[in-house]
Amino acid sequence: MKCEELLAMLNEYVDGTVDPAVCVEFEKHMAGCNPCQVVVDNIRQTITLYKDGQPYAMPIQFREKMHDTLRKKWKEKFPGSENAL
Amino acid sequence: MTNPLNPETPDGELVRLAKAGELDAFEALTSRYEQRVFGLAMRMLRQEQDAEDVTQQTFLSVLENLEGFRGEANFSTWVLRIASHAALKIIRKRKGLNTVSLEEATEPSDDLNSIPHPEFIADWRQSPEHLVERNEVRRLLDDALTRLDEKHRLVFLLRDVEGLSIQETAAALELSEGNVKVRLLRARLQLREDLTRVLGDPARQLVRSHHHHE
Repeated sequence: MKCEELLAMLNEYVDGTVDPAVCVEFEKHMAGCNPCQVVVDNIRQTITLYKDGQPYAMPIQFREKMHDTLRKKWKEKFPGSENAL
Repeated sequence: MTNPLNPETPDGELVRLAKAGELDAFEALTSRYEQRVFGLAMRMLRQEQDAEDVTQQTFLSVLENLEGFRGEANFSTWVLRIASHAALKIIRKRKGLNTVSLEEATEPSDDLNSIPHPEFIADWRQSPEHLVERNEVRRLLDDALTRLDEKHRLVFLLRDVEGLSIQETAAALELSEGNVKVRLLRARLQLREDLTRVLGDPARQLVRSHHHHE
C-alpha cells in the first residue's frame, strides 16, 4: 500500500468500517511509515476534539420565547387541544 | 392522558402522540433536540441571532410538516436535515445567493484523486482530553471550521459531531454516499492540517521521505 492509497481509505479505517484484509495492509503500511501513523493519530484527535468540545448553550430567554411561539402555532393547528396543557 | 412522557419514551411514540394533537409530546420532542439544533446552527453560522432563527424555524417547520413525516428516517435525522437547510439558506443569503441546493455546490473536484496531501505532520503537544478544557481551544476549533467550505463543514458536523451515519448524513443532505465520504475526508484532512499547525509540536515535525507525484 502507498501513502496515497492509505489516504483514500482513511475514513473507513478511522471509522472501523474497513475490510479486514485492507486493514492488515493499512496497518502494515503505518508500521513502516511514521508520517502516515501520525496523520491517522492527528485525525482521530481532531474528531475527538470536536466531538467532546464544549457545547453551545441555548439562551434561556430565547428558549422560553420559542416555546411560546410554538404553543401559539400549535393551538392554531389543533384548536381543540387547549386542555392538553 | 396516562401516557408517561419521560426521557425513555422513544421518539416514534412522541411523534405518534404529537400527530394525534398532544402538545406535551411535541414540546418533549422540541426539548429533546433544540440544543443539538442550536449547537449545529452556532457552529455553522457563528452568530447567536442567526442560530436562534434557525432553531425556531426548524421547530416551526417540524410542527407544520409533522403529519407528512412517515418515519422513513429517524426523527433526529429529519430534524437535523431541516436545520441544515435552514442554516445553508442563511449562508447563501449572506453570500447574496438564492439557492439552497447542496447538489449545486458539488464541484467536479469532489473525487478521491484530488484529495490534498497532509503537509504539516507532527504529534500534538497535548492530548484532546487536556485541550477541550482550554477556553481558547473552542475559538481555534471554530476558526478552523469557518475556513471549511460550508458543504464540507456541514458533512463533518452531521457525521462527526452529531454522530449520524454516512447513510443518514447522505439522506439528510440529499447527497450520494460517495459524495458524503469525499466531503468528509476533505473536511477531516483540512481540519487536521489547520489544528496541527497550531497544536503540533514543531520539534517533532515529520517530513515525508519521498515525494508524491502531482
